[in-house]
Amino acid sequence: MPKAMNAQEIARKVIDKEELFILDVRNQKEFADWKIEGDSVEVINVPYFDLLDGVESIMDKLPNENVLVVCAKEGSSMMVADLLEEAGVTGVSYLKGGMKAWSEYLEPVKVGDISDGGELYQFVRLGKGCLSYMVISDGEAMVIDSNRMIQPYLDFAKEKNAEIVQVADTHLHADHISGGRALREETGAQYWLPPKDATEVQFDYNNLEDGNEITVGTTKVAAQAVYSPGHTIGSTSFIIDNKYLLTGDILFVESIGRPDLAGLAEDWVGDLRETLYSRYKELSDDLEVLPAHFANMSEVQDDGKVSAPLGELYKVNTGLNVEDEGEFRKMVTENLPPQPNAYQEIRQVNMGKLTPEEEEKREMEIGPNRCAVS
Amino acid sequence: MEANKVLDAKGLACPMPIVKTKKAMDELNSGDILEIHATDKGAKADLAAWSDSSGHELVEQKEEDDVLKFWIRKG
Repeated sequence: MPKAMNAQEIARKVIDKEELFILDVRNQKEFADWKIEGDSVEVINVPYFDLLDGVESIMDKLPNENVLVVCAKEGSSMMVADLLEEAGVTGVSYLKGGMKAWSEYLEPVKVGDISDGGELYQFVRLGKGCLSYMVISDGEAMVIDSNRMIQPYLDFAKEKNAEIVQVADTHLHADHISGGRALREETGAQYWLPPKDATEVQFDYNNLEDGNEITVGTTKVAAQAVYSPGHTIGSTSFIIDNKYLLTGDILFVESIGRPDLAGLAEDWVGDLRETLYSRYKELSDDLEVLPAHFANMSEVQDDGKVSAPLGELYKVNTGLNVEDEGEFRKMVTENLPPQPNAYQEIRQVNMGKLTPEEEEKREMEIGPNRCAVS
Repeated sequence: MEANKVLDAKGLACPMPIVKTKKAMDELNSGDILEIHATDKGAKADLAAWSDSSGHELVEQKEEDDVLKFWIRKG
């Protein structure tokens, strides 16, 4: 019997760079759009419907052992895994819950300590490239840029004996559904949103504004809000403990945020440039940049963390090194990658204007995040 | 559209709609039309891609009361 491998096991293999051979049996379009990636991952695509008469035609493309079969949900990968086993391949497994489960899995990675005893964790959503954060201090926790799946945060806080008392989004997300409201409902936490992104929002929230200090724990680990428009007009960064800079979708490790997802690229280019080339430049080079996304596995470090010192990014990140303003404008408004799946609907959900069923929400989030300019 | 055969694949999850479609198709003659009813959303993209790769023609598809309907002409 082929073995079920869950998303967590695969995440560990990807981060630990263990060899993994994947036979992805989704249709070509879905595969081209989005797949499991990693330095140690080899993946080929043969749709399951081309294998209904058997797998003989592809045996020469596969290793004799340890093949992981993946599909959208699970069913087709189980069928193909059975066929592979019958054909003599050993160590065959399938991805439990399919690419949907992969898209939703969060791997918590410790970023570092906070000077007065707290800790900062990054939740890496490998399948979608989303990064969210939890500050833990003296029995209290704050979640920043929460994913739709809130259970991992609830479980993690419980494990750390912390109560989630603060929740914030750096901006109105367009690539994934925020878990902010659901977390507030579940925990009674305060929910902070930048008011300029929230003009059409249909629910109550706390205004997240420049200079706000949000306290987590009795030891006052303050998250300081820094207004940094560009990806959206309200985008706000956080500085935690004078050590960590949570940049939202403004600045990534290998790229910068795109200004077009709310339909106002031309208007926001100036803000984006101002934030990246002036506001952030005034901050300490030693700040550890912690973005809300990554686009390439090369941004994921050996321990699974995605981060870099701000000073380093000013040297190597091409998006921070375009001298000419006209050229910068061109880079962030022309030849952008396709927009994320269902991004307009996702924005509506995050504003509380649409309330789809859970299954529809999952469908909306399928695919890569594409919040960067390249 | 006149179909030579109607396949009910409602309530079936992937890969069954295509497995059944293929079986039904094997029993038809070239040029015949198979009408398929399914509820699995994945069937939409997969039936189109499967038709292409196996030489059949997806003539028409529509959605009626949450049921996806397809008409495929055997190649």
